[in-house]
Amino acid sequence: MSFPWAKHYEPKQPLMRWLDEKLPVPRLVYNAVGAGYPVPRNLNYFWNFGVLAGAALSIQIITGIVLAMHYAANGGVAFGSIESIMRDVNAGWFLRYAHANGASMFLLVVYIHIGRGLYYGSYKAPREMVWLLGVVIFLLMMATAFMGYVLPWGQMSFWGAQVITGFFSAIPVVGETIRIWLLGGFAPDNAALNRFFSLHYLLPFVTAGVIILHIWALHIPGSGNPTGVDVKGEQDTVPFHPYYTAKDAVGLGVFLLVFALLLFFSPNLLGHPDNYVEANPLSTPAHIVPEWYFLPFYAILKSFTADFILPAKLWGVLAMFGSILLLFFLPWLDSSPIRSANFRPAYRKFLLILLLDLFVLGYVGGAEPRPWVILMGQIASAYYFAHFLIILPIVARTERPRPLPNSITEAVLAKHAGLGPHKSAMAS
Amino acid sequence: MASVDNMVPPGESAEPFHDHEPDPRRRDFINIAAVAFAGVGAVAIVLPLINQMNPSADVLAQSTTELDLSKIAPGQAIKASFRKQPLFVRNLTPQEIAAANAVSLSELRDPQSLAERTKEGKRNWLITLGVCTHLGCVPLGAGEGENRGPFGGYFCPCHGSAYDTAARIRQGPAPKNLTVPEYVFTSDTTVTVG
Amino acid sequence: MVRLIASLVGAAFVFVLGLALFGTVSDWITNPPPESAEHEFHREALDAGLPSNGVLGRFDRRQVQRGFQVFQEVCSACHSLKYVSFRDLRQIGYSEAEVKAIAKGWKIEQPSINAETGEASTRPNVPSDRFPSPFANEVAARAANNNALPPDLSLMAKARHNGANYIYSLVGHGYVNQPAELLRKFPGAKTPTGLHYNQYFANLNIAMPPPLTQDGQVTYSDGTRASVDQMAKDVSAFLTWTAEPNLEARHSAGFAAVIFILIFCFLAWGAYQNVWRDVKH
Repeated sequence: MSFPWAKHYEPKQPLMRWLDEKLPVPRLVYNAVGAGYPVPRNLNYFWNFGVLAGAALSIQIITGIVLAMHYAANGGVAFGSIESIMRDVNAGWFLRYAHANGASMFLLVVYIHIGRGLYYGSYKAPREMVWLLGVVIFLLMMATAFMGYVLPWGQMSFWGAQVITGFFSAIPVVGETIRIWLLGGFAPDNAALNRFFSLHYLLPFVTAGVIILHIWALHIPGSGNPTGVDVKGEQDTVPFHPYYTAKDAVGLGVFLLVFALLLFFSPNLLGHPDNYVEANPLSTPAHIVPEWYFLPFYAILKSFTADFILPAKLWGVLAMFGSILLLFFLPWLDSSPIRSANFRPAYRKFLLILLLDLFVLGYVGGAEPRPWVILMGQIASAYYFAHFLIILPIVARTERPRPLPNSITEAVLAKHAGLGPHKSAMAS
Repeated sequence: MASVDNMVPPGESAEPFHDHEPDPRRRDFINIAAVAFAGVGAVAIVLPLINQMNPSADVLAQSTTELDLSKIAPGQAIKASFRKQPLFVRNLTPQEIAAANAVSLSELRDPQSLAERTKEGKRNWLITLGVCTHLGCVPLGAGEGENRGPFGGYFCPCHGSAYDTAARIRQGPAPKNLTVPEYVFTSDTTVTVG
Repeated sequence: MVRLIASLVGAAFVFVLGLALFGTVSDWITNPPPESAEHEFHREALDAGLPSNGVLGRFDRRQVQRGFQVFQEVCSACHSLKYVSFRDLRQIGYSEAEVKAIAKGWKIEQPSINAETGEASTRPNVPSDRFPSPFANEVAARAANNNALPPDLSLMAKARHNGANYIYSLVGHGYVNQPAELLRKFPGAKTPTGLHYNQYFANLNIAMPPPLTQDGQVTYSDGTRASVDQMAKDVSAFLTWTAEPNLEARHSAGFAAVIFILIFCFLAWGAYQNVWRDVKH
C-alpha cells in the first residue's frame, strides 16, 4: 500500500507515542488523509468532490440526528411535527432546511464526483473496486434520499412512496406481494412511514462504512490524476497534507457558499410546493415528480410505453434499475487502456453527448407528458443505454488515442511552459 | 524526451517540497488565519445544534395553568398539572395552619415560615409543586386517603422524605422544601400559576 | 463475454424504446392531444410586490397586521390556520395584552371537555392555543361548503407555485366573467353551477365564491384604504408570514453566513497559494 517514499508517522510527544502503541488511530489518519499519503501533484478542482461528498454526508448525519430528536414518524402527526420543527423548535427551520437542501448538495457533489470518474477513467484498472464500491454508495444514497423524502408526509412524500413501491408490483407473479410486504399495508401508512424512518436513520451509517472501504480501496493504487498516467516517482506526488487539505479547503468554502445561498435565500427552490400539503390518500397531485436528482431515471421509466413480450411497465422498471446497475459493469465494458478522456477524442465527444443527454432526461423527467416530451425522452433513453452498452465497447477498440505524456511531472512542466494540458504530450 | 521525468524547472528545487522561505512566519500567518476562521465557524455552527435541545416555543408557551379552588374543602388537596409536573393545591385547616406556625424556624433544614410560602389573606391555600426535592418522585398526601407522613403534610415513598403541613422538609434525605411556584389569585376562587 | 451480453441487452432496450417511439409518433399523428381550456386561459400570477421578497426582504408589520384583519374578518369563516398559534402574533407586532385579547375574543372557541361532566364543550382561546378550525372535521367542512373542502391556509404561500403572488392574484384579480372566446372554443368547459371562474386557479373553476367583493369590505384600523387590490395584497403578506414565520431570521442569518464564508474562501485561497507556492501543478 502506498508509495515507498511516503512519509512515516513519527509522533514526537510522549502522549502521542503512547497512543500510537496502544491504538494507532492518528497513524491511520496520517496515512489516509495526512502527510503520509502521497498524491499526484497535478489534481484539478474536480478532485475536490470526494472530500466534499464526505463533508455533505457529515452535514446530513449531524442535522439528521438532531432532527430525529423532534420528528415523529407517525402518519397522524409527522407533517405537524415538521411544522413544529419549522416554527417552534429553536433554530429548527435552519436545521430542517439544512438537511433538505443538504441532500441536494450531497447528490450534486456526488454526481460531479461520478462525472469526474467517467471523464478521467477512474473506474479503470487498477481502481475497479473503488468504482464498484462507489456505485454501491450511490445506490445507498438513492434509497436513503427517497426514504427521507417520504418522512415529511406531504403529498409528494406520500405519492412518491406509492409510485416507487409500485415499481415492485411490475415484477411478475410475486410483485404485488412484495409491494405489500414493503409497505406493511395496501397503501403507504404508519407501517411504511416507521420503517422508512428506521432505515433512513440506518443507511447513512452503512454508507459511511462503505465509504471507508471506498477510501481503503483507493489507497491501494493511490489517487488517479487528470493525465491518467501512473505515478512514476517521488517528483510526481505531493503529500496530501498540507497540499490537498489546503486545496480542499478552497473547494469546501465554495461548496458552503453555494449551500448557504440555497439554504438561506431559496430553501424551497429544489422542493415541490405540493409537499407543503399534508398527505392525502384520496387525492393525487396533478403532477407527481421526484426530486431533481431522480428526474433522469424517472424519465427512463416513463419512456417505455410499448409492450413487447414483457409489459411496458416491467420494461420501464427493468430499464430504470438497469440504467444504474450497468455502472457496475463499466470497468469491463470500456476496455481502452487510456484512462483520461483528454487523450481519447472520440470517447470525449460521446461523453459530452451523454452529459447533454442526462440534462434532456432531467428535463423530460420533470415535464408534463406531452407527445414531443415523451418522444425526446425515448430518444434520450435510447442514447443512454446505447452509450454504455454499445458505443463504449466499440469506441474503446476503434479509437486512436492521442499520445500520452511520459509522466505527470512532464505534463505539469509542459503546461507551465505555456501549453494546454492535452497538448503537452505532443510538445514532448 | 524521457529525461523530462527527472527534469527540474528553474526556480524549483530538486526536492520541491522544502520550505525555502526566509521568513516563514509572515507567510504562514494566512494558513493559521484560515484554520482559526474555520474553527470559529465550527463553533458558531455548534450553537444552534445545542440550542435546539432547549424547550421549544410551544413548550414555553404552555407555562401557565388556571385552577378553580371552589371545590376544595378544608383539609382536602388536589393534584393538578403545571408545566407537565404535578402541582399540589391544599386547603389547610386552622389546626394545620397552627401546627405549621408552631414550628420554630431554627429547627428547619430549609427555614421558611408558612407566611412566606402562602399569599397574604389566603394563608389556607398551600400551592406547591408535587416534586420531591430529593430525586423528583411525587410525594403522597395530596390524594384522598394517602399517607401524609409523620408531620401531616406530604410523604415521599421513594426515600422517605417527610414534609409538614407547610410542605417543608422535616425528615429524610430531601434538601429543600417543596417548591412554591409563582402564582396569583385572579379572584377569590381562581388562581393562575406561572 | 461481458461486452457481448451488454451489447445484446443494450440492443434490446434500444429496440423496445424504438417500438415505444414508433407508438408515440403514430399516436401523436392519429390522435393529437386536445388543447385544453386550462392550458390556454390559465394565467401566470401577477406580482404582489411584497416587501418580504428578495434576499434581504422583511415583513411590513403593518401590512401583515392588516392581512391578519382580512383573514380574521373574511377568510377565517371557512378556512383553518391550524399550524399557527395566537402567541405567534407577537412576531408581527402585537403586544402580549393584544394577543390575549385577540385570542379571548376569537369567535370560534377551542374544543375542550367539561370539567364536571366530561362532555365535549368549548372554552375561550388562550395565546398558547393554535387557531381553532371553523369546522369540527372534514365532513362538517364539506357539508357546509357545497362538498368542497376549504384548505388550511397556514402553508398556502408555500404550497402553491409562486404562492404569495398566486394568493394575491386569485383573490384580488382572479374572478372575472368566463371569456366568450373560451366558451366558443371549448363549449364543454362552461363553469358548472356552484363553481366560479377564476383565471389564476389551476383548472379555472374554483369552489370558493369571491371572498373580496367590494372596496371597504374591511375597515382598516390604520386608515389604509381597503381596496380589493390592497386587501388581496395584505392577506397575501399575512399568509406569507404564516407559511414562513422565520423568514427575517433566515435572511439575517444568511447574510452573516455568506459574509463569513466569503472571508473563509478568501483566507483558504490565500493559504492554498501559500502552501503550493514552490510546487508547480
